[in-house]
Amino acid sequence: MKRITMILGHYGSGKTNIAVNLAAAYRKERERVAIADLDIVNPYFRTKDSMDFLQERGIRLIVSDYANTNLDIPALPQDMYAVTDDKGLTCVLDIGGDDRGALVLGRLRPGILEENDYENLLVINRFRPLTADAASTVEVMREIELASGIPFTGIINNSNLGAETTAEDVLSSLSYAKEVSKLASLPIRMTTVKEDVAKQLIGKVDGLFPLTLQPNFIEKKIQ
Amino acid sequence: MADKVLMKGNEAIAEAAIKAGCRHYFGYPITPQTEVAAYMAKRMPKIGGTFLQAESEIAAINMVYGVASAGLRVMTSSSSPGISLKGEGISYLAGADLPALVVNVQRGGPGLGGIQPSQSDYFQSTRGGGHGDYHMIVLAPSSVQEMAELTVKAFELADKYRMTSMVLADGTMGQMMEPVDLNFDVAPAPEKPWATTGTEMKRKHNIVNSLSLVPEELEKLNIARFERYELVKKNETMYEEYMMDDADIAIAAFGIAARVSKNAVNEARKRGIKAGLIRPITLWPFPDAPFKKAATHVKQIISVELNMGQMIEDVRLASECKVPVTLCNRVGGMIPSPEQVLDAIVKASK
Repeated sequence: MKRITMILGHYGSGKTNIAVNLAAAYRKERERVAIADLDIVNPYFRTKDSMDFLQERGIRLIVSDYANTNLDIPALPQDMYAVTDDKGLTCVLDIGGDDRGALVLGRLRPGILEENDYENLLVINRFRPLTADAASTVEVMREIELASGIPFTGIINNSNLGAETTAEDVLSSLSYAKEVSKLASLPIRMTTVKEDVAKQLIGKVDGLFPLTLQPNFIEKKIQ
Repeated sequence: MADKVLMKGNEAIAEAAIKAGCRHYFGYPITPQTEVAAYMAKRMPKIGGTFLQAESEIAAINMVYGVASAGLRVMTSSSSPGISLKGEGISYLAGADLPALVVNVQRGGPGLGGIQPSQSDYFQSTRGGGHGDYHMIVLAPSSVQEMAELTVKAFELADKYRMTSMVLADGTMGQMMEPVDLNFDVAPAPEKPWATTGTEMKRKHNIVNSLSLVPEELEKLNIARFERYELVKKNETMYEEYMMDDADIAIAAFGIAARVSKNAVNEARKRGIKAGLIRPITLWPFPDAPFKKAATHVKQIISVELNMGQMIEDVRLASECKVPVTLCNRVGGMIPSPEQVLDAIVKASK
């Protein structure tokens, strides 16, 4: 495990859910784990929605004081430099969508590159309309990479249709993920699948990583 | 693209508009609708369309007026405060009988308010919004699939009646992600012989204008417009009824309020209370018929809204005040919970 894991990708590719679950997995092996919510693009859904889940597991949340206050301003947390300064902290970084969201990494880039103990992961979902094929996914990837200034080191295949995702949907995405991997010359680090469906895929998918989904405030009301 | 795709409501509106042949989008960013503009910014250049972030909402709606005059499918989108700014332009579109699509992904108000969901622009949308005697066709989706389908419908109705259509969504509908099937048919846009497309010296030139200084003529225009509105009322009213056949208690709700209410109706039925739901899909024209019918067999109608009680007035008019109509609401960006709606149903059943 690297000390810093960055989670980037297209809008709505599932970055926050993955970041929260990864932090929980890391916490099983490391004493001091933090998740940094650096999403300044969309103020609607935040890591803070998972506050209880993180607190129960003793995971530090680095987040702007303004997150979830409905104040629509792109503020970064004052303690975000803990990510690069505190070398004993294992960090998962939840970055905002697309190239606009990735710009935020500019501030941390010098420290991250100098220390060189990081994974920079691209989350992909073939069921999202603007990343429906390998070529368009790699196009989005290049835009993000240009904005962040940090090369990707791997891919997370998070192809899903939300609550309706079936095992077949996941299986149908494997060839797409392989094609993205080939085009981008990046390894597939894991395939993330919501818990109930993941059970049906044991032994069928390499690097299977079950996700405990974190429902947002809207999903809590209508499901 | 796969058979189904996972989309945000805002993206579904944008992609459906493109599917409907819209190649001109003018807007200005505002939460919670910004993804409509962001999506258009990415897609339009690739399909030979025009995406333009205008210097203001007022500029954007007047660009819509220009393209609509040329007879092309065109749209803008905003959220509540931005729609107020567009009010003048919307009135001009109505005065010039121009078909266009305006999307309002509502947030809490009044004033700058907040960024969380709301339905408090119901009056503004269904009564017109700007100055003068006019209406828009107002469609209220309650799923991401409907965000797509009603966007297409809005373009079709706008062209058919030379009216401006509004898709009235809210922050939840814009931001939530659900699977969408975009493989539905879209009818081609009709001929628009009135459009200002150039005479090629072969015909008298067309004029698109909302100015009419002779009162006798302006009166005629207004009366003719309202005769057209009567046709829309007669032909285009849409609603969904859920478990209404034997209902003792009826819920009236649209958009996200209807999603929450459906859960409450199901729970009430489990407890032996005969609850049902009437969901207006067109807010203008308002579906009077199901409420008139409900008033013959329910003992109460509960209007569930994310505002201080706006649609409730139309529900009272439609049910001709034959049964009590009560309000169950949250405001300021809050969403009623299924439990709150269930409590209201239980109380009404006693």
